[in-house]
Amino acid sequence: MTMALSESIRRSPERNRLTGSARWALWRRGLFGSPVNLAITLGFVAFVLFVVAPFLRWALIDATWSGTAKDCAERSGACWAFIAEKSRFILFGLYPNDRDWQAAIAVALVGSLVVATGMPRFWNRRLVLVWIVVLGAALAVMSGALTRQLVPTDKWGGFPLTVLLSVIGFAGAFPLGIALALARRSKMRLLRWMAVAFIEVMRGVPLIAVLYVSTLIFPLMLPAGAAIDKLARAQIAIILFVAAYMAEIVRAGLQSLPAGQYEASRSLGLSWATTMRLVVLPQALRAVIPAFVNLGIGLFLDTTLVIVIGLFDFLNTARVAATDVNWNGFYSEAYTFAALIYFSLSYAASRYSLWLESRLRVGHANREGTRHRTRSA
Amino acid sequence: MTAIGPDATAPGSPLLKNLLGERPLTQIFLFVGVLAAFGFLGQTMATNMGRVGITPGFAFLSRPSNFEIGETLIAYSSQSSFARAILVGLLNTLLVSAVGCILATILGVSLGLARMSENPLLSGSVRAYVELIRNTPLLLQLFFWSATFHALPAARKAFEPVAGVYLSNRGIYIPAFRFESGAAEAIALISLAAALLLPLLRRRFALSGRIVATLSLAGFFLVIFTLASTGNLRAEIPSLKGFNITGGLSLTPEFAALLVGLVVNASALIAEIVRSGIQSVPQGQWEAARSLGLHRGLIFRKIVLPQAMRVITPLMTSSYLSLTKNSSLAVAIGYPDLVSIINTAANQTGQALETILIMAAVYLTISFAVSFAMNRYNTRYALKGLGR
Repeated sequence: MTMALSESIRRSPERNRLTGSARWALWRRGLFGSPVNLAITLGFVAFVLFVVAPFLRWALIDATWSGTAKDCAERSGACWAFIAEKSRFILFGLYPNDRDWQAAIAVALVGSLVVATGMPRFWNRRLVLVWIVVLGAALAVMSGALTRQLVPTDKWGGFPLTVLLSVIGFAGAFPLGIALALARRSKMRLLRWMAVAFIEVMRGVPLIAVLYVSTLIFPLMLPAGAAIDKLARAQIAIILFVAAYMAEIVRAGLQSLPAGQYEASRSLGLSWATTMRLVVLPQALRAVIPAFVNLGIGLFLDTTLVIVIGLFDFLNTARVAATDVNWNGFYSEAYTFAALIYFSLSYAASRYSLWLESRLRVGHANREGTRHRTRSA
Repeated sequence: MTAIGPDATAPGSPLLKNLLGERPLTQIFLFVGVLAAFGFLGQTMATNMGRVGITPGFAFLSRPSNFEIGETLIAYSSQSSFARAILVGLLNTLLVSAVGCILATILGVSLGLARMSENPLLSGSVRAYVELIRNTPLLLQLFFWSATFHALPAARKAFEPVAGVYLSNRGIYIPAFRFESGAAEAIALISLAAALLLPLLRRRFALSGRIVATLSLAGFFLVIFTLASTGNLRAEIPSLKGFNITGGLSLTPEFAALLVGLVVNASALIAEIVRSGIQSVPQGQWEAARSLGLHRGLIFRKIVLPQAMRVITPLMTSSYLSLTKNSSLAVAIGYPDLVSIINTAANQTGQALETILIMAAVYLTISFAVSFAMNRYNTRYALKGLGR
């Protein structure tokens, strides 16, 4: 019972109104209230002493912040000098040195696009156009259209590659996912079966399998002379894979709409397309925005799998940086640095998703309330 | 959704309409279009394969594979056929997935319960663990574990955290049970007989679940004790001899890294599933049961858990499936799972399409089988939970 009780207190809004002493009493009971809790507290102290403290000592106190590999070898801590020295390669991979700024602009464009999309005040129809324009511009800058010196895609790498693969993957999967979800709920049986087959096959196989299809099989399928760039093939594979998951999210949103919405639009004489565009999809998509954010986080983390087909994404450049003969074997530093970047971006996005969820719920409740008032008035 | 407007009366015979639903002709055109596209791609593929001298088809499966595999559950050599090589990979995938699912469930449920502890330090650390795991790429975690297991000391200086368990860069050595000839078969036979007989006995004598469980446990210990006392079953503890560790069960660093990585990753997800499942049971259920005078353990077991399971089971299914699919990341850290062997076979034979079809078929079979089993289990549990 104590577990459930403390849980109910923790979850209840009253907790914020607890006085300082009452809150301290709750803590004291949790920390020392019973022999079990005391043991847990002692175990935690031991964990801090024997795991966290040595790690912090390695990462901060004994660390080498600048210098050469020789300076690092003299100290026992982390060699952050290695990250500093290799930061350009880790961030941009094999992208031509003198034109890093192009890749940086592309990341900045895509980054601001994503951040702006996160703000509910920009949620309107023009956003679709903005996405197309900004992503096109980012690709153009990245490929070297500004300097008229093309950068071949096998030189693309590092953080820009990760960002482009995940954001374009998401953007490409969005219309496809909606189309698949609509097809799966369609009354056209053959169309529905095709959609179900596509979705279930994609969801049943690992992403790696789809990536292998894109590298091993896809080139064989093209007529002689035609070729599609390896990066583009990986991007298409990611789009198709994510679209299947997207379709299931959209389907959940469509299912959450009451049938009255369809019936009302039908009785108004709206066509199927208009019903979808103006009535159903705006509500259905809005209901599943948090799920979209979570899918986006998953996609961002899963783009690392392109390593197995030999692309140089951010994780791969970090790993390869550690194989430099002059700085051999600083894998822990490389992985810690990559983990830090991935973690801070994903964690921020997941906090945003939670915030959005509560905000949408509040928005929904308010709308309901308004409706009630108008009706009773 | 119904087609609304003038299109609703589009041409098409009633028969086709009954068979296909709305707009049969459009659908048929679309379907034929998709088929034609596949046909065209298949045709160019056959031509392209023909040009480099590869015959499409599955005949290559019986040819010798000519490559070695690091760890195998069944007898295998480079003279074995490609089919056998793929089977080795499949068994490796199944092994790591099955063990992974079991361990991830144990760890995940414990973490999920720990997350709800009233000790803020414990619940806080579990929360940090979950956030850390869920917000970093699995591949990065696998690289980390792989690097960790390869950085262990050499065999003669192996760590021995608990007596009989050795950690070295050659692998992890743990105590194992060894069956003498026939003992394993005997156990399999007895378990099969018990599995068939127990439900019958249960129905015949109306035994309660508790009695059945006690009986099975007693039978289990009886069998183990008999085997052990006759010397047919013995525990084998690894020991350090010179430069090597012998005896016991050895796990290669690759297997250990993959297993630990998958388990840790899935346990974070399962912990959240368990927590949200238990929290989905309204507070009133606890209070009502409490006012009936039930004690805490009983409330949890009989009231809360059955209701929570309805939320938990479907989510667990998908986390088991994603663990199985995630085991394909083995290819990045050098464990010979199905994907990695398929990749080698495709590169050696050039039969990329065939090998990848096999891989897709295997994963789809696993997915559908697990979904099917879990759905059946879920239906039973859901009905029971509704208090039928």
